[in-house]
Amino acid sequence: MNLWTKLMCYCRRRSPWLFHMNGGSCNGCDIELIASLTPRYDAEQLGVRLEGSPRHADILCITGPVTHNAVNAIKTVYGQVCGPKAVVAIGSCPATTNVFIDSRTLDGPLNRHIPVDVFVPGCPPRPDAIIRGVARAAEILAERAAKNLPVETVVMPLVGPGCGGACACGGATAPEAAASEVKL
Amino acid sequence: MNPLITALARLLIFPGVLFAVPAAWFFLWVERKAVALMQGRIGPPFMQPFYDFIKLLGKNTPPRPGIGGLLMKLWPLMAVSAAAGAVGLLPVLPASGGFEGDLILLLALLELPSMCIIAAGFSSRSIFGEIGSAREAALSVSYNVVFLLAIVSIAASQHTFRLEALAHLPASFMQILGLVAILVCLPAKLHINPFSLPNAEQEIYSGPITEYAGPELAMWELSHGLEWVAATGLVATLAAPHLTTWWLAALVFVAISFGVVLLLSAVAAATARLAIDTTVRFYWQCTLIFAVLAISSALFMRFRS
Repeated sequence: MNLWTKLMCYCRRRSPWLFHMNGGSCNGCDIELIASLTPRYDAEQLGVRLEGSPRHADILCITGPVTHNAVNAIKTVYGQVCGPKAVVAIGSCPATTNVFIDSRTLDGPLNRHIPVDVFVPGCPPRPDAIIRGVARAAEILAERAAKNLPVETVVMPLVGPGCGGACACGGATAPEAAASEVKL
Repeated sequence: MNPLITALARLLIFPGVLFAVPAAWFFLWVERKAVALMQGRIGPPFMQPFYDFIKLLGKNTPPRPGIGGLLMKLWPLMAVSAAAGAVGLLPVLPASGGFEGDLILLLALLELPSMCIIAAGFSSRSIFGEIGSAREAALSVSYNVVFLLAIVSIAASQHTFRLEALAHLPASFMQILGLVAILVCLPAKLHINPFSLPNAEQEIYSGPITEYAGPELAMWELSHGLEWVAATGLVATLAAPHLTTWWLAALVFVAISFGVVLLLSAVAAATARLAIDTTVRFYWQCTLIFAVLAISSALFMRFRS
């Protein structure tokens, strides 16, 4: 890798801009995504910015079990995000369609329609888990753009409801991260 | 020294491109950091605007054939060069011959980025871009009356449009009134809260720059930063005391600009976005009175002397 590629890789990892899209979600995950930008979790420390336009975004965050109505919109927005890009599926719904499984109004899970890089499971996932997923997606995006690699899906570990490292115990009960990351 | 070399050094080194671009990134960071601190967050790291800029340079843009695509590449470049030219024109260092700076040219260059944004929104053919551009145009018509009247009243009280002469004025009542009027207009000129309605995030996506991606967006970010430097620099040149030591003059210039950025960020963090009718009413009803007062007293003083 030459110097410019290294610099670009470094900057891509540190500046993930998100576009949030609802694919038929119950709003639980949407609220948690916004909560990850609030003072308690402050994702802006990692350079995260929630953008208004998909053209500006690097990472597409999709929530919800993908309803029939949402499929075309998701495909359009995925096309509008300029490369190099990554997709983070937030919550259990886009991964498995969750409790809505076998519903006739659904066309999920999400990876039937667009390639997904990171699944953040949970119903809803904690904001810490979402931030970790976004940071992982930014790393994947930078690496893939530098080396021209194909899409490889990563499932983030579940962060327990008790503690995500943000409370007074200082993350003493937080689960180990790297060991339980499952590659599909 | 050769006047041509001095003029080039001003345009390219200080306060021109070589100073202005890092200063633009620095001011963008100060704005975000100040807002974050006021909200009880930690905020982005120091190099964040630089990372964003480099990252955007490396992104792909969708292919856009024809004259529309060419225009969409040209508007951000024109905005950046106008804003950089405006910064280069500020008489920060004491004069040593050469071009002494003209207030009318500076005002035109300061206005050009917002004209480019209006044109950019319409040439992107996006409905959100067009709404944003229409709002920007309405906003520009409102604040510019006050902004120009304030600057003209300072100029009229001193019988000159030369920046160099205006920068070295002793502090007077007229100047303070003019500076307050300029400060009231700056949030609208820089599209920050409470007057962030042209690029109202989430409400109309990103307004005029909704369709812009990659390097074009990087240029918009840079031109926004340069507008910060130019607009706060204008306040700093008008407010700074006359100093003959060049490094002291530069230091005072940077310090006053920094103070203005902090003030505007605090205002942005403390307020919410106003609707377009409220904004227009604010400028036409509340502040226009002061601007008219300023210019009439400036003209009155001129006839008396």
